[in-house]
Order: sequence, then structure tokens, then C-alpha cells
Amino acid sequence: MNAAYILRRLFYGVLMMLGVVILNFLLIRLAPGDPAVVIAGEMGGATEEMLASIRAEYGLDKPVLTQLWIYVSSVAQGDLGQSFFFNQPVSSLIGQRIGPTILLVLTAQVLSILLGVFLGAVAARKPHGVLSAFVGVFATIGYAVPVFWTGIMFIILFASVLPWFPVEGMQSVRLRDADLWTRMLDVTHHLVLPALTLAIIYLAQYARLTRASMLDALSSEYIRTARAKGLNERSVVFSHALRNALLPILTVAGLQFGNLISGALLVETVFNWPGMGRLAFDSILRRDYPTIMGVLFFASLMVVIANLITDFSYRLADPRLKDEQ
Amino acid sequence: MSFFTRILGITALLASTTLAAPVFAEGGTLVIASTQVPRHLNGAVQSGIATAVPSTQIFASPLRYDENWEPQPYLAESWEVAEDGMSVTLNLVQNATFHDGQPVTSEDVAFSIMTTKENHPFKSMFAPVEAIDTPDPHTAIIRLSQPHPALLLALSPALAPVLPKHIFGDGQDPKSHPANSAPVGSGPFKLEEFTAGEAVVMKKNPDFFLEGRPKLDEIIIRIIKDESALLIAMENGDIDLYPFMASSQSIRRLEKDEDLGVTTEDYAAVGPINWLAFNTQSDKLSDVRVRQAIAYAVDRDFITDALHRGVSSPQRGPITESSPFFDNTIAAYDVDLEKAQALMAEAGFGDGMELTVDYIPGPKEQQQSVAEYLKSQLKKIGIDVTVRAAPDFPTWAGRVSSYDFELSMDVVFNWGDPVIGVHRTYLSDNIREGVIWSNTQQYRNEKVDELLNAAAVELDVDKRKSLYAEFQQLVAGDLPVYWINQLPYHTAYDKRLQNVPTGIWGTMHPMDTVAWSE
Repeated sequence: MNAAYILRRLFYGVLMMLGVVILNFLLIRLAPGDPAVVIAGEMGGATEEMLASIRAEYGLDKPVLTQLWIYVSSVAQGDLGQSFFFNQPVSSLIGQRIGPTILLVLTAQVLSILLGVFLGAVAARKPHGVLSAFVGVFATIGYAVPVFWTGIMFIILFASVLPWFPVEGMQSVRLRDADLWTRMLDVTHHLVLPALTLAIIYLAQYARLTRASMLDALSSEYIRTARAKGLNERSVVFSHALRNALLPILTVAGLQFGNLISGALLVETVFNWPGMGRLAFDSILRRDYPTIMGVLFFASLMVVIANLITDFSYRLADPRLKDEQ
Repeated sequence: MSFFTRILGITALLASTTLAAPVFAEGGTLVIASTQVPRHLNGAVQSGIATAVPSTQIFASPLRYDENWEPQPYLAESWEVAEDGMSVTLNLVQNATFHDGQPVTSEDVAFSIMTTKENHPFKSMFAPVEAIDTPDPHTAIIRLSQPHPALLLALSPALAPVLPKHIFGDGQDPKSHPANSAPVGSGPFKLEEFTAGEAVVMKKNPDFFLEGRPKLDEIIIRIIKDESALLIAMENGDIDLYPFMASSQSIRRLEKDEDLGVTTEDYAAVGPINWLAFNTQSDKLSDVRVRQAIAYAVDRDFITDALHRGVSSPQRGPITESSPFFDNTIAAYDVDLEKAQALMAEAGFGDGMELTVDYIPGPKEQQQSVAEYLKSQLKKIGIDVTVRAAPDFPTWAGRVSSYDFELSMDVVFNWGDPVIGVHRTYLSDNIREGVIWSNTQQYRNEKVDELLNAAAVELDVDKRKSLYAEFQQLVAGDLPVYWINQLPYHTAYDKRLQNVPTGIWGTMHPMDTVAWSE
């Protein structure tokens, strides 16, 4: 992997972001509804003069292409604008929420990869066994069930019927003055249901993928050689087969990152998790253009970065790709 | 620092401090839940419950009201209305200070009322205020262009927060002033933290000008948009107080909880009316007989008893039935299908007609369910109703404010005095295209205009009542809207809480006497 390759990929990444910004801007304006009317409605009604002053204040009275130019050039300078609704800088609204979203998404990602790979590997050892069948069924269900349904079922079961976990939010307000350790436990307690909800759908995919990929690896010649050398089964499965079977997992994990973020939007809404997803959802309903575009910008940025990292790490992991351009 | 390094910094900081929230004292915390999101916390430039609940804790106002609609001293320890009604003198307390230590003076009061007059959507509250004289730091004289009987009510905490002039008077637009999200007031609680869309944390103001108050150390407003999650949190004891609860399912459910009290008291001034609006300029609905036929076909009691499980109360006219100005003799339009059919035939629609009904997406029980009931009910008098959903509030508001509707469900608040919340939807000079909750029915009646304009300046309560009585009789005949019910606002609270807000404004009132029992 040489410097030219890295630079080229980075350049494509920047181009991609520019395309995303322009597309987001234009798509959002296709939605019916005037943000000034929403703001006026939230204020409890307004006069024509107030509506006009709201439009002027947010630049909504200018032609769309002028607005686009102003937006793109201010994003290029690192300014995402002011939220129409909260009248606060979009960057500070996102700053308040990006931490919880990253916490949720990464926890779900790690959880689904670890559990999924483990289940898939175990299932592959006896492809016609009970466990394998269970993984297959579980994977199909996990993949088919919508994430918000799983969330609601978890809330009913583990928060209402069996009050083991908190039903919403990220922290208990009554523990705000507790010590750091207690609050970490509190956040972890709140994290269990949303992270599990988000992880389940991807966990199932990883399990299936690992199982298939492992079956492929286990039937290859180097495994026969390893067995012939007299290595124990555990070493054969986990050190030799799994290591090679992990390559496709790596690719999929990178691609899934975008899906995880969109899944987080639903999970955050169901569990009242104070992240970017819920901000995006609310902002769409309020026609808060700058906030929607800011959130989309960050979500896209996270996906582009995740894909770049996957790409690079894939090349590092697979010697055959190292010198390809 | 570039934007990206800033965001990276914020991210890193958040990753480390997501868990390290500010530390608070033990005990005395009241956790309030809200499904509504405040844009900011300054009630001088923004109406609505979401802003008013925190705003009335942070800002004090000239007066406050008891449960009998009687004004009580607050920042003004006494007040006099001139005999001709053309001025009101406020005598302010001497010891009030803002949370930053600056004294509250008559300059601040004058500045605040004028700012509210210029920027609050309820223009009629302070429209007659011409000037405010400040002869000394503790006297403010409000000069009026005409007598204004609604003025004292408009000086309530929910409508007239006293802002610090030294902060808000810096020349920036008050509607988008940065201090709206980080306000400094002189109320019983001061802002500690406002996380937009998530929570408002307020701490006791130790220098509050009323001796021995507030009782609580802290009030936290948590925004939980999903009502079922909110109810579970309430049942689990994570929430202490849930005001403005309007869903019958929620009310009936929390009533069963032995640890919780549920009350309908304290909302008299809010006056939220759920109604069916007619576009009186549309070809089909311009004939009053068609509107009356619809009124006779709808069974208001079915809506309140069956659809709302008996928690909401019927509303027969434009002024809320809990207001002293409500006229009890108003035409009720009790259900009478034969009369309705006869009226339809008289109007030339004996063969029936087609109509579309819109509704506000969100409060389903009050809006969508009623719209769907109308479809089945109006079929009985030959009206084929199409229920038209809107994906979100902006879409609905856009349709109604541009008159692109025939029938629409709507919810409009009285806000205490008819001048503030009632006139706006009936005065012909308030037909303003593009403006939601103006006279979007485009209703015109010169006599109604005359009566409302006379009532707005009439100081004699009895004469005012009779003006409003005549107004109510007239609009009940003309039916620009068909009033259905009052929203069944309830407060659910932990029974160990003492002095849960009483008055006429619900929790849009300073909670300086609320306390936990031992």
C-alpha cells in the first residue's frame, strides 16, 4: 500500500463528502413545508412581519442556489450553521450528542462481531448439529425482525414486566451527583437494552457469514495439512481456519457501519437515547434544515472514514492485495 | 481552532465526560417529565407550555395568580389601576435581584414588557401599552392608549417574564438572543444546564426575594417524547411530576397507581379547546346551514365519553367553560340527525356532498380519532368525508394557513383572557394568510368585530361579560368552528409531593412552594 494509493482514496473520500453535502441540501428542500411556519407555529402563531423576519434571518428568502453556495462554502470553512429550531450552533448540538451515539454504535458493533463470530465458528464445527441449526434460525429471525420491534419487545419484557433495566435515557437523573464509578455502571445499565437491540440484527449476519466462511476454510487443504501435523482441534479451528475466515467479516463490518448508524436512529428514538439519531428524527419533522444536514454530514463522514479504514486494514490483512493499485 | 479540531475535541471530551455529568446536592430534587421540546427558555418571545414551564421558574413576573383568578403580589408588592383605566402603577419589591446579583428595577420591567409587546406572538396582550414610565427604580407606570382589562392577567409569570435589561438590552434580536438558551432571571430557580431537546436542570436561587422559598433544591425537566416510556418511568419512580397529560389511556393507567395522585385542577386559564374548523370561504361550507347540519350530526358526548373514555369535558363555545366569561345559555347543537338532513336539503345539498377533513398529526385521540369518527357520523347525513392525513405538523400548518382545507381538526388555547387567546380566531382583521392560529376560518361578521373590540376595552366586569355573552351567541349561530371538547389536561404526581402547583396556569407557574414531605 503506497502513499499514492492512500492519497487517491482520501481524495475520493473528500469528493464523496462534497457530493453528499450537495445532495442532502437539494433533497431536503424537496420536502413540503416551510421552516418559518414551523418556527411561527412553535412560537404560538405569528404575524406576516414575523414570518418575513424569520425567513430573512435564516436566509430562506434567497434563491436556492445562492443558499446552496452559502452553505457549501461555510461547511468548507468548518461552520455547519445555526439550528432554525434551537437557534444554537449545529456543531454544539451535534457535539452534545455524538458521544452517546458513538458509544451506542461501537458497543453494538463490538458486541455483534464478537458474539456473531463466536457463534458462527462454533456452528461451523458441526454444520449439521443442533447448535448450527439454532444459529441458522436465530440468524434468519434476527435479520428479518425490524429493530424498533425488537426494542419495544425488550422494553416490555425487561423494563416493564421484569423491571431489570431502565426503559429510557442514558443516565438516571437521581445519580447525577454520584461518584464516577457509580455513574459508569449507571450508563452501562442503560446501555444494555439499546446496544443489544442494535447488535441483534448484525450479530445474526456475522454468525451466518462466519459459519459459511469457516465451512469453506475448514475444507481447504491447509487445514487438512494442519490436522495431519497432529495439531489439536481447537488450534486448527480458531488459529488456522478462523483467522482466514475473518477476512470477509472485516469487509462486511466496514460496510455495515453505515447500516448501524441508520439503525441507531431508530434505537435512539425507541429508547430515548440522547444521540444524533434522535436529533435527526426530530429535526426532519421540524424542517430544521441546518441540523438535518449537519447530522447527515457527520453520519456520512463516519461511514466514509469507516470504509477507508476497512479498505486499508483489508489490504494490510491480506498480503495478496498489498501491492495492488 | 478549526471546526474539525473543535469537533474532535468535543468528541474526545464527551467520550470522557459522557459519564462525568455535573455534581448536585442530595435531596430535594423534583423530576418533571415533558413530551414537548422547548426551543429555548425565554417566555417573553415564545408562547407554549414547553418554554413556559422552565421560564416561569427562572424568571419572576410582576404578578402571579391564585386558583380564584385573583392577582397576587410577586415582583410588584402592590399595584393600582387608574380610575379611567388608562394607566397601571406597579410598586416593585425592594430586595429582588437577578441570578447574577444585579438588582431588579423598574427599568427592567419596562424593558421586558416592551420587548414582549414587540416580539411575543400574542400581540393583543400588550398592544395598548404606549409607554412605561419609571419615575424611580421601584415604580413602573404602564401608560395605555385605551383601557385594557386583560392587562393584569397578561402580567402573569407565563406571559410576562421580567428580563434583565443589562443582558437582553444589548441590541441583539430578542427572538434569537443567545441568552434565551442560557437565561438569567430573578425567579425561584436558576438555570444550571440546558441540553436542547433533552433536559433542563435548575437549581434553587438562594437569594430569591420571597423569604423561605423555594423549598426544593433542584428541578429537572426531562424530555421524553415517547409517552409509553414516560409512563413506565413514572411508574418506576424515575419521574415525580407529569403535567399536561391529555391521553385518556395514560390518565386511566396512572390513576390505578397507588403511589401517584392524578388531578385535573389548575388548568382553568389554559383553556385548550379541541375543535372542528370550517373553511367558511369554500363553496360547500360558505352556507351556514351546512355548518349547522354538521354540528347537529356530530355527537359531542360520544366523543368525550367513548373516544376519550370520559376524561375530557364537552366544550360548547369559543370561550372555555372554566372561564368566568363563558355563557352557559349558548346553543349546544345536541345531536339531531333529522334536523341535520333537513338543513342539508334546505342548503341544496339534499343529494349529499364530499368533504375532506384534515387533522394535526400527533395527539391522535384528540385529533385523528375524532376525524375518523366524523367520517362515519357525517355519512348519515349524506356527507362523504375523506380523512386527509398530514405526515407532520409543518404540512398540516401549511395547508390550514394557506386555506387549502375544507374541514380541519385543530386545538387552540384561550390563554386566560379572551383578548389574548379568543379574539385572534374570530376578528376579521386577523385573517392573515400564512399565519397559523389566526382567523384561518376566514370568518367575517361586523357585529362580532364590534363586540370583541368593545369587550377589549371594557373595564366593568359585568358589562364585559354581557358583551362576551352576545359574542358567544352570535358565533354559536354562525359556527365558523364547531367546538368539541376541552383537552383533558391532568397532572400526575408522586403523593409525597406537597403543594403541587395550584392556580390557573398549571405548572406554568413558579414552583417555589412545592416541597417533599418528610
